[in-house]
Amino acid sequence: MSEPQTLIDKLWSAHEIVRREDGAALLWVDRHYVHEGSFHAFTQMHERRGALAEPALTFGIADHYVPTRGRGRAIADPDTAAMVRTLEKNATESGIKLFGLGDPRQGIVHVVGPEQGLTLPGLLIVCGDSHTSTHGAFGAYAFGIGASEVAHVLMTQTLWQKKPMRMRVTVGGHTTAGVGAKDIALAVIAHVGADGAQGHAVEFAGTAIAALSMEGRMTLCNMSIEAGGRCGMVAPDATTFADLKGRPYAPQGAAYERAVEAWSTLVSDPGAKFDREAALDAGAIAPIVTWGTTPDDALPIDGRVPDPAREDDPVRARYLRDALDYMGIAPGKKLTEIAVDRVFIGSCTNARIEDLRAAAAVLAGRTSKVPGLVSPGSTMVKRQAEQEGLDRIFRDAGLEWADSGCSMCLGLNGDLVPPGERCASTTNRNFRGRQGPGARTHLMSPAMVAAAAVTGHLADVRPLLADRKA
Amino acid sequence: MEKFVRLTARACPLLLPNVNTDQILPGRYLKLPRSPELGRVLFQDLRRDAAGNLRPDFPLNTPAYRDAKILLAGRNFGGGSSREAAVYALYEAGIRCVIAPSFGDIFAQNSVKNGFLAAILSEAEIAELGAAIAADPDMPVTVDLEQQTIARGNRSFAFTIDPVSRNQLLNGWDDIDLTQSHRERIAAFKAADRDRRPWALPPQV
Repeated sequence: MSEPQTLIDKLWSAHEIVRREDGAALLWVDRHYVHEGSFHAFTQMHERRGALAEPALTFGIADHYVPTRGRGRAIADPDTAAMVRTLEKNATESGIKLFGLGDPRQGIVHVVGPEQGLTLPGLLIVCGDSHTSTHGAFGAYAFGIGASEVAHVLMTQTLWQKKPMRMRVTVGGHTTAGVGAKDIALAVIAHVGADGAQGHAVEFAGTAIAALSMEGRMTLCNMSIEAGGRCGMVAPDATTFADLKGRPYAPQGAAYERAVEAWSTLVSDPGAKFDREAALDAGAIAPIVTWGTTPDDALPIDGRVPDPAREDDPVRARYLRDALDYMGIAPGKKLTEIAVDRVFIGSCTNARIEDLRAAAAVLAGRTSKVPGLVSPGSTMVKRQAEQEGLDRIFRDAGLEWADSGCSMCLGLNGDLVPPGERCASTTNRNFRGRQGPGARTHLMSPAMVAAAAVTGHLADVRPLLADRKA
Repeated sequence: MEKFVRLTARACPLLLPNVNTDQILPGRYLKLPRSPELGRVLFQDLRRDAAGNLRPDFPLNTPAYRDAKILLAGRNFGGGSSREAAVYALYEAGIRCVIAPSFGDIFAQNSVKNGFLAAILSEAEIAELGAAIAADPDMPVTVDLEQQTIARGNRSFAFTIDPVSRNQLLNGWDDIDLTQSHRERIAAFKAADRDRRPWALPPQV
């Protein structure tokens, strides 16, 4: 009998074309997503007079630089406009299907791929964006690559890789009310550290993961890169198959049934060995916020920020002082006493319909004490939210309801948090300057961002949900 | 691709943990094509204050380290965004090698593609080397990829790098040429795969 295999073992061997003596393998790429930032790779391809190997497996999506306000008007900043135009030109010249600005399916690449059924279990998916790990939620092997690798995939539809090590994160038990996938993700990152999963393919397993919707699994796999993971993944199950049924690019009818049969084998076999294991109890996870400048600076909302004076390790103490200084927070301060200047609901992490519903459930009938922006994950998510009346809830609360793009997660399109301002954000990175030079970011779930909006400070969402239906 | 075999140069300690690619090259410079300009905005927000003045306490701003080709860094260097332009910025600024206890996976991969070495030493070794460099920045450091050693004066450290990256850097292989030499294997895989996984092909919508 053959050795029990993990999910990543199965995905790896299904894509291996050639293996070199040093262990590197040439892998077949099933889907390649490109965006405005992929221009370096097209430049490299043009410099070599190369051509696209498999245009039908390559999809372009305009997200990083698109405006979220004033759609339909010309983009004011000429350099930003050029980024969007260059993607359109490269896609057209190379015969790539483009979900561009103005397409009713436009949105953030990591929302659009799954929404269109382009992302499927068992696929190897790459994109020149670190949050490509998102697609692992479907049981795909999906990871971010740099421009040279993007150029390689464009010209060959393959990629040289060394096999990642195998890590399983088991989240047992069940989450309590007010705790969502983002809280699980931040709990995992705090547990293993911002570099704890480096070199590993991270498979999430356990009752709390099985209970997550596809949106929740995408949030979790999206954030696996913030623990340093090469990719995140969840074995496909009935939730996955139900989600894919009827999506435009997914197999249909009898082909779908046959695909489900094949996808059902994409699980880690009983007794399969992982190089590393970590375990958490979902029942012990409270709503979490970050206080510092890396995503593992994450604490339950009832906690206090660290005090460098109480830290024995001098290197760590210096880091804590620098981070608190940048964030403008006094050592030891209670998290719930930290006032925010604005909120942002958006990004590939937390801007899907379930995320917008969770925020709206808190905001309904309430007013935000601070300004804020809501940018849905895709134009289709936006339309659905409007059909459900969520846009009215956000607007009535005083928040701005905008179009879809990467927006204020990294501010490339001009949606910036002003210097020194503090933003409660559903995004993925609290790095210095990530949301704009001098911006101070606190990461949390959409429900927790809504709680920060209505209270004006970091706040526990649970009391605000007490009178609401779950 | 450019080879990396051996380098003797001045080294600069930048012993902060988690210097992610947003710190190496802030997002607002990602529109720039590859050019020397990227080298000038390397570490822009760490290097300059809000008014744009050079911070005197940032190591690369001090005359002793201005022509450093080797950077000594803290753990998790280059984590975060996949932006390869972070490597371009280091390269354009004259840096050819970063030594750190750990690297972001995508950064490490991008480094190799640019003939740029990401070498791993332990935290303790980096602290020792960093202190020695700070005491005498003029004494150069030699990084030898064949021997996998980092030497300064009569002190030598064995560094870690995965064999695949080492192989590629020493040979300076062009990935695309290498891949195209396997053209027939790729075509055979593609044909067999269409029978094995028909659901993997997207329909023409």
